[in-house]
Amino acid sequence: MKDVLVIGGGIAGIQAALDLAEMGIRVHLIEKSPSIGGRMAQLDKTFPTNDCSTCILAPKMVDCARHPNIAIYTLSELQGVQGEAGDFTARVLKHPRYVDETACTACGDCAKVCPVVRPDEFQMGLSTRRAIYIPFPQAVPQAYISHPDDCLGKDPIVCGRCIEACQKQCIDFDMQEKVLDIPIAAIVIAVGMETFDPVALTEYGYTRYKNVVTGLEFERLLCASGPSGGHLIRLTDRQEPQVIGFIQCVGSRSLKYQRFCSSVCCMHATKEAILAREHIPDVKSYIFYTDLRASGKGFREYVDRAEREYGVEYVRSRVAQIEETDDGRLVFHYEDRASSRPQQMTVDLAVLATSLIPGPGVATLAEVLALELDEYGFFRTNPFSPTDTTREGVFTCGCCRGPADIPQSVAQASGAAARAAQYVAEVLVEQEGQGARE
Amino acid sequence: MSHVTMTQNEETRVGVFVCHCGSNIAGYVDVAAVTAYARTLPGVVFAQDNMYTCSDGGLTEIKTAIKTHALERVVVAACTPRTHEPLFRDACREAGLNPYLFEFVNIRDQCSWVHRLEPEAATQKAKDLVRMGVAKARLLQPLEEQEMPVEPVALIVGGGMIGMTAAVNLASRGFQVKLVEREPELGGMMLRLDKLYPTQDDAQPLIQQRVAEVRRSKTIEVFTASTLHAIKGFVGNYDVTVRDREGRLSSFKAGTVIVATGARVFTPHGMYGYDGERVVTQLELEKQIADRRLQIANCNLQPAVSNLKRVVMIQCVGARIPERPYCSRICCTTAIKNALELRELNPETEVYILYRDTETQGTRYEAYYTRAREAGIQFIRYSLDHPPQVGEGRVVVYDELLGAKLGIPYDLVVLSTPLVAQEGAHELAQMLKVPLDEHGFFLEAHVKLRPLDFATDGVYVAGTCRWPSHLEETIAQAYGAAARAATILTKEHVTSSGVVARVDESLCRGCGRCVEVCEFGAPALVEVAPGIKVARVNPVMCKGCGACASVCPTGAMAALHFTDGQVMAMVRAALLNQK
Ligand SMILES: Cc1cc2nc3c(=O)[nH]c(=O)nc-3n(C[C@H](O)[C@H](O)[C@H](O)COP(=O)(O)OP(=O)(O)OC[C@H]3O[C@@H](n4cnc5c(N)ncnc54)[C@H](O)[C@@H]3O)c2cc1C
Ligand SMILES: Cc1cc2nc3c(=O)[nH]c(=O)nc-3n(C[C@H](O)[C@H](O)[C@H](O)COP(=O)(O)OP(=O)(O)OC[C@H]3O[C@@H](n4cnc5c(N)ncnc54)[C@H](O)[C@@H]3O)c2cc1C
Ligand code: SF4
Ligand code: SF4
Ligand code: SF4
Ligand code: SF4
Ligand code: SF4
Repeated sequence: MKDVLVIGGGIAGIQAALDLAEMGIRVHLIEKSPSIGGRMAQLDKTFPTNDCSTCILAPKMVDCARHPNIAIYTLSELQGVQGEAGDFTARVLKHPRYVDETACTACGDCAKVCPVVRPDEFQMGLSTRRAIYIPFPQAVPQAYISHPDDCLGKDPIVCGRCIEACQKQCIDFDMQEKVLDIPIAAIVIAVGMETFDPVALTEYGYTRYKNVVTGLEFERLLCASGPSGGHLIRLTDRQEPQVIGFIQCVGSRSLKYQRFCSSVCCMHATKEAILAREHIPDVKSYIFYTDLRASGKGFREYVDRAEREYGVEYVRSRVAQIEETDDGRLVFHYEDRASSRPQQMTVDLAVLATSLIPGPGVATLAEVLALELDEYGFFRTNPFSPTDTTREGVFTCGCCRGPADIPQSVAQASGAAARAAQYVAEVLVEQEGQGARE
Repeated sequence: MSHVTMTQNEETRVGVFVCHCGSNIAGYVDVAAVTAYARTLPGVVFAQDNMYTCSDGGLTEIKTAIKTHALERVVVAACTPRTHEPLFRDACREAGLNPYLFEFVNIRDQCSWVHRLEPEAATQKAKDLVRMGVAKARLLQPLEEQEMPVEPVALIVGGGMIGMTAAVNLASRGFQVKLVEREPELGGMMLRLDKLYPTQDDAQPLIQQRVAEVRRSKTIEVFTASTLHAIKGFVGNYDVTVRDREGRLSSFKAGTVIVATGARVFTPHGMYGYDGERVVTQLELEKQIADRRLQIANCNLQPAVSNLKRVVMIQCVGARIPERPYCSRICCTTAIKNALELRELNPETEVYILYRDTETQGTRYEAYYTRAREAGIQFIRYSLDHPPQVGEGRVVVYDELLGAKLGIPYDLVVLSTPLVAQEGAHELAQMLKVPLDEHGFFLEAHVKLRPLDFATDGVYVAGTCRWPSHLEETIAQAYGAAARAATILTKEHVTSSGVVARVDESLCRGCGRCVEVCEFGAPALVEVAPGIKVARVNPVMCKGCGACASVCPTGAMAALHFTDGQVMAMVRAALLNQK
């Protein structure tokens, strides 16, 4: 009777689950996508020390999978809770994977024969996957999934090639969704964030101009396991860019879109500019910013190093508009601060630092759990009890309570785990007290 | 793939797994060639390559191979043991093999990453390293891990908001807490604050409530006006002595330690005309505001602070300069807080904040910055090219955005100074054998994934002694450090690594050089017979670094897993002309 439900398997949910489990508390970790890992799995390297993101994340994912106190439910969502804090029953809906996740060896034979080609979400649509696929190679659980919207094989006359290809016979299109009722004492929510879609800012021509990409797309282009195999290219001609322009606060700190600051983008643009230089030694990066926010541990020195050692140039100006030239290059129009005159710069690739915004899961969960949101749509917390939500027994950490970097998300995750553990202990004491009185 | 040769019965059976790591390794190293080469090495009865050896699937393949090929040693050639060795060791353990019969060969960091431009040489080096790894693996010995009991008591050093918050959390979970505070009073920095950003709540009720919770708790023992006098031992099992100002000593046992000693505000002597009267720090201003507020409340005095016509705040005083390059995170928001308070006390007061970048990340703090601008506080951006000049009655500043020089008359100049390392941090770090960064803040085990741990097991860190931060962040860290400590405190035992130093007592002369050289206090001399001493190593404290073995004059001390025989086998394999 002292299990805890953790919702969301990004780095915050993973850390919270591991800490709870190591404190001897049983954890049910539910993740809506086919694998745990969250956004961090999509990043190339991480500021401020440039370690490879997947390399540091993967062992934690595997630890989660192997921990005797943690049960992972992927493709799962919370549908509702009954009872009171301390004595909840969580109703979890688990969607079918159509692949037996304990039997699948991730050999990929099925995907080789699958005729359906779809944009690969993990690669930000920059490459393709089949209808049956593994989201990324280090996915946990290590199992393929057949996407129900993409697959033709629900009607076995139409397809079903993968079934024949799979030697382990783990594909089963009769698999049904399952409803699980799990008794729990407390909940930790860690459903993370989405990134803002910058098409709304028509002046930057995102999607109209192929060489305008978002930060997350750029991370994939940098990554050795990315769509270009780690070759940093611009998308029109697959040539290496010589000049890259980074535009900050895209959608953030704006009256029209998000009024808040997204916290991590000054730093991730700096990182991306450093990494670009490591890929292409003579590339030149310009970062167009408003304020350069770098107050975390080691951040200011990181920025100083970007300027000094990697030739990154910070331009304090807002790019008003991007125009495309005939050869796919991009002209930035901005105001030169010194002269207050309009100025232009031509770059090969533009990278938009788009805001971190609450994902759709946040509002849904808020409703299911009767939690308050703040004015921006993140879970409401109090700065002086930062991991508590507005409901007793429900705690939160990571980017779903506001934009945060990895160290902050991890520290908050441990914090939320401590609060949940404290709550579970107090409930136990109370119940024992009642038991004794009765 | 490779079939098993049953001829060399007496030969140790080695299995080799070569990892692609996606394209991390396979992009530069010919993994198939390395695998084929491994099959030719003496003792190797099985070799295969994997896309991701560390994946669930990869680990299962290792376990299956151990069973089907009766492997006695496992070698994985992959990324780095730093993150991945425990996984592979556990896979061996789960398949019934002693986990120390495993050897890691690093062909990512040491081959593909560093020799990107020369794939052939990288492949050759990978083969060489695999040959060395196999040579060592054949000589590996099973090692035992030891269990030691855990004392379910947490020692917390520092009784500010953060130390107390961690204490209350742990106590409410049933653990004993010993809270050591250097000052006579609990509370730390917050005792000196007036209001709190980003809510303008009063600081005192919040901190006093936490003090009351600590005082009320039956399981928290508070030592005020006290410091750590001595600490010996290791995770789960520390002997602690605390000393108070009168020199009285108290001793107790503890299982874990949380460091929460806070930081100090930099005093800007000799900068911008700092005199503590017309030119003050933000912390001094907080006190003035608090005093004035008290006066207003008590005697309806016309308060001096509210007579101020113009206040100029200068940001980054002593921060983000070559001597102290970091940004202290809290001073932009502190300035806004105090500016809002001044406007509150007297709406006529004009406040100018001369800043370099506004450090107001996230939702609340950006909203706070907006609120400040809406409240009429003037933000003027300067750069180090033209720092502000504080003259008689006027601050002259070059406004970067306007591109013009401004002269602002003032009644008061307030300097926003950074947090700097706490006094005594260095001594404490030495006593606990944990590192500090170049600025004197405590240095965690891993910047991203272990922000609250030290590399030394059982010791954790939270609050401004780790890095300047808002309460929102430091309180989350306080709970976080409590969780990390509780992961130890809830266990009955901690388990030592098998990779430790061991003394051959028949060779040991008891010279004690190992005791001198060990950074972790693991070896100690014990008298085994009258006048005869030998060294013995505490396996839980030993990190297996081998420093002791290298100074031992008789060869009595051996670093297990890196014995002379094993290392010499690797050297011989390295020198074998590559074939
Ligand atoms: C381009 C970019 C670069 C970055 N670079 C860095 C960097 O270099 N260093 C750094 O420190 N930080 C960086 N960050 C920030 C970092 O990505 C975040 O701090 C981190 O991912 C937050 O982790 P999280 O667990 O809170 O959220 P997420 O990573 O978003 O994980 C949330 C998880 O919850 C799941 N989920 C969502 N809704 C539901 C639901 N309803 N039910 C169940 N599960 C659900 C999601 O599928 C996901 O797995 C970067 C961010 C971006 C956008
Ligand atoms: C001027 C100023 C204004 C601020 N305003 C705000 C604000 O409005 N809102 C906000 O969110 N944050 C604010 N902060 C930040 C906030 O004060 C910190 O986040 C928080 O107080 C840190 O608490 P702590 O416990 O880590 O450190 P501290 O409060 O500094 O406590 C550390 C304690 O450890 C003790 N100690 C030190 N060394 C030893 C030793 N060797 N042995 C035993 N004890 C020792 C000290 O005496 C002290 O009591 C402000 C900071 C400053 C400097
Ligand atoms: S073929 Fe079968 S075992 Fe192989 S990845 Fe596909 S579903 Fe899994
Ligand atoms: S049945 Fe579906 S997943 Fe399988 S091969 Fe056909 S389309 Fe692909
Ligand atoms: S972190 Fe930087 S780029 Fe991101 S919103 Fe804040 S100021 Fe803009
Ligand atoms: S927080 Fe603001 S005042 Fe403090 S060092 Fe950083 S930029 Fe300067
Ligand atoms: S191996 Fe290192 S840690 Fe262990 S006793 Fe020797 S010197 Fe100390």
